[in-house]
Amino acid sequence: MSAILEARGLMKTFGAVTAANDISTSINEHSITGLIGTNGAGKTTFVNMVTGYLKPSAGSIHFAGRDITPLAPRQITRLGIARSFQIPQLYDTLTVRENLIVALGIVLRNAKSSFFSKLPAQVPGHNEPLDTVADNLMTQFNLNGYADRIARVLPQGVRKQLDIAMAMAGKPQVLLLDEPTSGVAAEEKFGIMDMIMNVVRAEKVTVLFVEHDMDIVSRYSDRVLAFYDGRIIADQAPQDALNNPEVQRYVTGKRHA
Amino acid sequence: MNNRSMIIFSVILIALITLGGFLPDWATFHITRSLGLGLVVLGLMLMLRAGLVSFGQALYYCLGAYTAGALMHFYHIKEALLLIPAGMLTSALLAAVLGALLANYRGIFFGLLSLAFSMILYGVIVKSSSLGSTDGFTLTSPTFFGMALGESSRYAVYITACVLTLISIWGLERYLRTPLGRLAPAIRDNEIRVEYLGQSVRNAVHIKYIISAALAGLGGALTALTVGHIDPEMAYWTTSGEFVFILILSGSQSVIAPFLGALLFESLRTYAYQEFPYVWQMVLGIAMLLVISFLPDGIWSLFKSRKAKPT
Repeated sequence: MSAILEARGLMKTFGAVTAANDISTSINEHSITGLIGTNGAGKTTFVNMVTGYLKPSAGSIHFAGRDITPLAPRQITRLGIARSFQIPQLYDTLTVRENLIVALGIVLRNAKSSFFSKLPAQVPGHNEPLDTVADNLMTQFNLNGYADRIARVLPQGVRKQLDIAMAMAGKPQVLLLDEPTSGVAAEEKFGIMDMIMNVVRAEKVTVLFVEHDMDIVSRYSDRVLAFYDGRIIADQAPQDALNNPEVQRYVTGKRHA
Repeated sequence: MNNRSMIIFSVILIALITLGGFLPDWATFHITRSLGLGLVVLGLMLMLRAGLVSFGQALYYCLGAYTAGALMHFYHIKEALLLIPAGMLTSALLAAVLGALLANYRGIFFGLLSLAFSMILYGVIVKSSSLGSTDGFTLTSPTFFGMALGESSRYAVYITACVLTLISIWGLERYLRTPLGRLAPAIRDNEIRVEYLGQSVRNAVHIKYIISAALAGLGGALTALTVGHIDPEMAYWTTSGEFVFILILSGSQSVIAPFLGALLFESLRTYAYQEFPYVWQMVLGIAMLLVISFLPDGIWSLFKSRKAKPT
């Protein structure tokens, strides 16, 4: 497997606080990587730098061999890196279907070669008309029962599903999930993760996900990056990472069963 | 608006055109003026759907009117079918320039910056004697396809206004169904998600701003030809306030509502002027209070089907 995403010496400071301190890592294609660490360890800062929300103070980020460090979030998204958010970013006054239609409409627009050129009849990557793709996404993410519900009134778990479905609208190569199960009832967590993982594995998407629940991390990731104080203190297979004394001391706070 | 609604609206317009032949002059004047105002509010509605309220739309309304007026006054161009597009184009071009700055702002900053630009135009015209200063100037009757229509000119302007209104409504309705048009509520709800789907919010707002300015310029040029007089009050902040008033009256749910709102506003203002010449603003204020209290989604909510309520 070849590296699709690479961070080289990433630094990020906010005044006196160093949120990222010389982070270097390489993410292989089709891999599923869990990012763990206590609050303030630098996980979300890392995700925000990769997706262009924050610009690193030093260092660079490379996607498929291209330096994406100076690019804006929308440019990075167009290249094939999508993300979901810890607090789902939805269009609250629109229905679930409308949310997806807006998202797919943007994907269609991005496929235009110029402002005046015609919109493609099919959504790039999906090769089907927009309405069909919206229906397919709703089926994939178990949203059919909520199609005509306004996003504002959706349960938290469904909001998370919709947020990820929208991120998947552009058929990204890399998907970054920021705490995909936070705020979701414990009994629903595995169901939501199973559903997400089924889709991303079928689509061969490379995934990085931030997670606090070590059971989720050990079950779904094939590699773990443990963050502490802006640095990566462990980069191992899940069980090895969770048994790593440094990780137990600074991240999990206990020996993982 | 679906095809059925469009057919219904086309029939109404054809009926209006036919009816215009029988209506007294004051009535065709009243409707034409309302359509001119409605076009400006249609553009404002587009911005409101994206969560932006311009308190300076009078800038483009006035510019459209003065473009038509100046071409007639200084270059003796009387052809309505040149004057109206010229007003529209000038407004769109200025919006393309100013929009590059305004598209970076939201909320009160967007509203007040747009107001500031309109007051600059007001100041420039007031201080410019060649543009008639505070008095403005009077326009002669336009020609249509090179023909001077004399007494029938007002009816021709009325028909032109009806046709342009139909085209504008059809065009905007179609635009709102495109991916870019559908972005309006998405921008209002969540700009972060729009950016993280790969779309520049700034560009989308800029394009909407240009469209709304073009509609305001069209409305301004039509009003200039309808009224036959232009003055700097057209750029004054109270004029922008009237557009926002009509927008609140209309609501933002339908592309037809701004025209109903404008017609109601013009009728209300005429009535208030006539019956309460010293306190007419109070009548408008009370009307505004009533609408906000009882019809917060505007008069269009009276026509909304109950079954269309969101689940």
